[in-house]
Amino acid sequence: MNSYFKEIYDGGKSLVVGLGITFRYMIQPVVTLQYPRQTVKMAPRYRGHIDLVFDAAAESGNKCIACGMCQRNCPSGCITIKSEKPEGAKKKVLTGYRLDFTKCSLCGLCVESCPTEALEFSKEYNLAGFKAEDYVFDLLKRCEERRR
Amino acid sequence: MSELPEIFRVWFFVAGIMALVGLNAAFSVWLERKVSGHIQRRIGPKEVGPYGIIQPIADGIKLMTKQLVVPAKADPLLYRLAPALTMITAVMVFVVIPFGPALVAVDLNIGLLLIFAISSVNVLALLMGGWGSNNKYAVISATRAVSQNIAYEVPMLITVVTMVMISGSMNLNTIVGQQQNLLQWYIFPWNGSILLPVSFLIFFVCAMAETNRAPFDLGEAESELVAGFHTEYGGMGFGLFFLGEYGHVFVGCALASILFLGGWQCPLGLLPGIHWMLLKTYLLVYVVMWIRWTYPRTTIYGLLNLSWKVMVPFSLAILVLTAAMLKVF
Repeated sequence: MNSYFKEIYDGGKSLVVGLGITFRYMIQPVVTLQYPRQTVKMAPRYRGHIDLVFDAAAESGNKCIACGMCQRNCPSGCITIKSEKPEGAKKKVLTGYRLDFTKCSLCGLCVESCPTEALEFSKEYNLAGFKAEDYVFDLLKRCEERRR
Repeated sequence: MSELPEIFRVWFFVAGIMALVGLNAAFSVWLERKVSGHIQRRIGPKEVGPYGIIQPIADGIKLMTKQLVVPAKADPLLYRLAPALTMITAVMVFVVIPFGPALVAVDLNIGLLLIFAISSVNVLALLMGGWGSNNKYAVISATRAVSQNIAYEVPMLITVVTMVMISGSMNLNTIVGQQQNLLQWYIFPWNGSILLPVSFLIFFVCAMAETNRAPFDLGEAESELVAGFHTEYGGMGFGLFFLGEYGHVFVGCALASILFLGGWQCPLGLLPGIHWMLLKTYLLVYVVMWIRWTYPRTTIYGLLNLSWKVMVPFSLAILVLTAAMLKVF
């Protein structure tokens, strides 16, 4: 008989404790992020597709010397560099940097091998598209856009 | 109200009750999703209308546009009748619920009896739905719902008998009229029986079990029985079950507030009216939701044990004690 009442008392008490916990949770601020309206700040080491580092000091806006190390190191062959040497100039100038992101495995060998640290990982993750061409990026153009 | 011809009064109340049942379901769904969201530290619906308030109406429109499919081997009559019956019982009990001093469709002397007579038909609707849809999960769910409803009707009715003994009336408006301020509410132990708070608790738990709400929602145990008795229902058939469920939750909470919390009376005795009734009822509806999102589902044995081993003896003890106290004092 005693254990009967004790069970009811203990059971009822545990139910009240449970209600208290959920009530505390209810009045706490929400922890979810309302995605399309709010976005997460990406971690500093997040690996998006590669991007040319914008360098305000350089005349061209980037640090690339068109050595082609990234293109040669890329295991998937997704980087295509175009460069030319203008008349009388000492160094080559980058005229096109095409990244085919559909093939990229984000290994980062291009970033590591770059002698002038002209490449970085971008923080872009909102990459949804309808055709493969959406993922072919002209990095030089992206770099130019950042100058403005 | 009384100066209007009878026919207008009837139409007024029919339209009002139908609107109340529909809007109550819409508001309850919204409240349920908001409460569950915030308990899980989410926001809940927020896109459709301000704070997502129009979301349930959008859901209702979606349900109404869906095709009604009757399973090939289902009993067509029972299958079609079940959702209507659950809705009918939900609507009919509103007839005697007093929302204000004069705002009651029919001021019946046996209003309390009528409510329990009609709402016990609801279990038949669940049985019809479960049996008629010719689905093993639905049948299991229907049998569970029936045993559960019968088990919880007993302590609930014993508690109601206690209340009738104290108030001396089955007319809901009279019962409300006796509880003019906070101190006279029947939830407090000095108003007739020292165990009245326990009575309130028993009544509230039984009302929750009667409406098949979590943690007593064994009838629609999603993890075991797909969706229980409404497994085979889609579109507005499912929608009517849903509407009916929230209608019954509202009725249960309204009854609890009428019997124990003074119905349309103000706690301080000022400005009685429908606003107090709705406030108290929705406060209790909120508690029902709060409980739903706190506790996991009980087992069928735990559920029946709670009724037969705890609720029934306690309510009987309270009944005897109350009778003795009424006789002595």
